[in-house]
Formats: sequence, C-alpha cells, structure tokens
Amino acid sequence: MENPHDTLQSHGEVLHDRINALVDGRLPPARAAELEAQLGEDAAARETLRAWKAQREALRSLHRPLLDEAIPDTLLAAARRGQAGKQQIEQWWRWGGMAAAVVLAFGVGWLSHGQLGSPAPQQLAAARSAQSFVHQASLAHAVFSPEVRHPVEVTAAQQEHLVQWLSKRVGRPLKVPVLAAEGYELVGGRLLSGDGGARAQFMFQNAAGLRLTLYLGAVDSASPGTSAPEPSSQASHETAFRYSGDGPVPSFYWVDQGFGYALSGAISRDELMKLARLVYQQL
Amino acid sequence: MAAGFALRMTHFPLTDHIPSLRRYARALTGDAWAADDLVQDTLERACSKWRLWVAGSDLRAWLFTLMHNIFVNQVRRSLRQAAAGAAVNVDEVENELAAPEAGTAQSLDLQRCLLRLPEDQRAVLLLVSLEDLSYEEVARITGVPVGTVMSRLSRARSRLRELMDGPAAAATAPAQLRRLK
Repeated sequence: MENPHDTLQSHGEVLHDRINALVDGRLPPARAAELEAQLGEDAAARETLRAWKAQREALRSLHRPLLDEAIPDTLLAAARRGQAGKQQIEQWWRWGGMAAAVVLAFGVGWLSHGQLGSPAPQQLAAARSAQSFVHQASLAHAVFSPEVRHPVEVTAAQQEHLVQWLSKRVGRPLKVPVLAAEGYELVGGRLLSGDGGARAQFMFQNAAGLRLTLYLGAVDSASPGTSAPEPSSQASHETAFRYSGDGPVPSFYWVDQGFGYALSGAISRDELMKLARLVYQQL
Repeated sequence: MAAGFALRMTHFPLTDHIPSLRRYARALTGDAWAADDLVQDTLERACSKWRLWVAGSDLRAWLFTLMHNIFVNQVRRSLRQAAAGAAVNVDEVENELAAPEAGTAQSLDLQRCLLRLPEDQRAVLLLVSLEDLSYEEVARITGVPVGTVMSRLSRARSRLRELMDGPAAAATAPAQLRRLK
C-alpha cells in the first residue's frame, strides 16, 4: 500500500501530533494516560514530551506581568472608538427597524382614517434627524469624556479663541453657558463632524471629575426638496425639550430654528433636566 | 433599553481583550513598542470593520485574526523592503532585539530564541501556548488547514528546543557575549 518511507514519515508526524495533544492537554484523561503508557517504551519520545511540556510552561510565564499591567491610554482610547463605532452600527440597524415600524403604523393609520391626520413626511424626517442628532451627541460624549489626556482640542484657558473658532465652523455665534453655580466648570471644546456638517462639543467637569458635554450644530433640515416652508415643516425646525435615554449616556435635547442642542451626562434625569434648562435659558 | 445600553457601554468588551493581545504581540515581536503599535493597529482595524464581525461570534478569535493579518502584512512589507535593498543594518536590528526588557535571563533567552523561529511557526506556537486556543481555532485565525497548524507546531517546538538547548551555556552566559555571536 504505502512505501516504507511514507510510513516512516507519517509515523514521526503522528507521534509528534500525539505529543502535541498531550502537551496542550487536548485529550480526555483516559486517552492521555493510554498514550503516555505507549510512549513509556520510547525514551526519545518521552524526552520530547518532557521538553515540550517544560517549554510550554516557560512560554506561558513569558511576559505574564503584562496581563496585570495597566493598559496604556492610547490603547484604551482606540478600543473606545471601536466600541462607539460598533454601537453606532447597531443603532443604525435598530433605527432602520423603528423607522419601518413608524411608516407601517402611519400607513395603517392612513388606511383606517382616510387622509385625515396623515402626518407630513417632513415631520417624520424631522423627528428622525433630531433623534440622530441626539444619538450622535451621546456617542460623542461616550467617546471623549473618558479621555484623560486629550478630552478637548482647545482648553478653557483659551475660551475666547475656542468660541470664535467653533462659532465660525458651525456657522452660528455660540455662547458657552455658565454652570459654575451647579459646580461644573468648562474644560474646553472640540470640533466634530455630524450628519448636517460641523458640530461643536463643549465639555464641563465638576469637582468629582464627572463630565457633561453640550453638543451643538445644525440639524439636517427635513426636506431639502421643498422650497416654501409649509406649516408642517415649521415643526421640523423646532422641537420641544426632550429626554433621550437611548444612547450610551442620557441626554436632554432641543432644536431651535434648525439648530440642535444636546446636553449629555451620566447623571440622573432630574439633575440633567435642571442643568439643561439652565443651558437653555442662557443660550 | 437605556439601562442595557449604559451597561454595554461601561463594560467595553474590546477592552477585556487588550491584555492578552498585548502579551501575544510582545512575544510575537519581541519589542514593547512594536507590540503596542500592533495592538493599536488591531483595535483600529476592529473599529473600521465592526460590520464584518458577526455579533455573538467569538470576539477574541476575531481580534487575533485581525492581528495576525496585520502582522503578516508587516512582515511581508519589511521583507520586500529588505529585498529591495532598503538598508537593514544588522547591528541595529541586533540592538533592537537585545533592547533591555524586564525579565529574567531565562525569559530573555526564550524571547530571543522565539524570534529566531520563522514567523508562521512562532505565531502558531504562541497562539496555542499562550492563548490556549484549539488547533482548529488557530487554523481559522492563521488561515491554513489544521494539518499545517499541527506540523508548524511540531516544527516550532523542535526548533525552539534545539535553540534553547543548543548553546547549553547560553542561559548562564552574559547577554553581551551572545550578542557578539
């Protein structure tokens, strides 16, 4: 059947495969014992088994302290970005499903009630872009607020420059709300990109190190196709004060004349609402 | 729903895998900086490829697959550069390999011998030994048949044993002597 040379070759390989399986503990105990007994007559094989076991142990202790060492910030930040990206994707899927459900619900409503009360598509789109806005705010909070070394691009020390720069980029004069009475000081801010273009993020921090972010920017206007604003599209430019617990951290958000604001932070709903009202009053 | 999100966000599953990725990368490259660069590249790749990760499948195996592919590409690139004559100064490389690292003489020696194994054998040996991955998982990560994993593993173990045993004095000789060759 096989020539002696092949048999010899495969015998060596089979033997090594068996020793590997023993060394790596891949065999059920009974089979392992059986195999070890077989090897008992082969001094060279026994020696290989011993040496490979010792080698495996030596390798396992190599760089072991690294497992308990603190993870460098750069790697943590990279992991967080990855995590945020993943959640964004999950969120897109979820929203895709929600949007379909909303369309279906309205479809059913339209069939049963005739044309009365059929919602303007702009309203749907507006609700969706506001949701998207607040979700992006929450993600941006999750990504940047844990940053130790670079939480902001421009620090509060250069507040004037920060405000000028971000105002220019988001195309609207911005103001930084003062939350010092509530214990929150400005850390600084950064420029981000969002659905509707540039977005700005201001970060605040209290004495306990807790961080809040205020996220601002134009909210994608519902219907680029319509030239004359209809009464229904008026709604798309403003939304009431709303709470969103859907993102990584909760947010209060509102849209004023096509410009969105979201205050995000891992604090209670009541506290967050109180702070959001303060921000709203000041802007 | 909100609670679910908060929970998932505070418990970063990617973060859980960083220590073992770092250790594997360190043993694979023998260099602390190169290893953390490799981990960083892996995390960034994971970030841009989340779509390709099938939710619920083994995240660790996926991350090691990404890292393996990045490492293989790096090795190929540096081989191409070397072939193209982009100067690889042997003395410099030797210095890098011998860069002071925390550890006993024995672990330094083990790391040095590991680096003398061909990359594909080294990767298989480390995935099996450090990570306790099954031979089938290692085959999937490295993209080769299980039979190839087994033969690489045997060859890696035999070769490493020769390297470690060969210069019997190596473990006790001062590092400088070994560096001179």
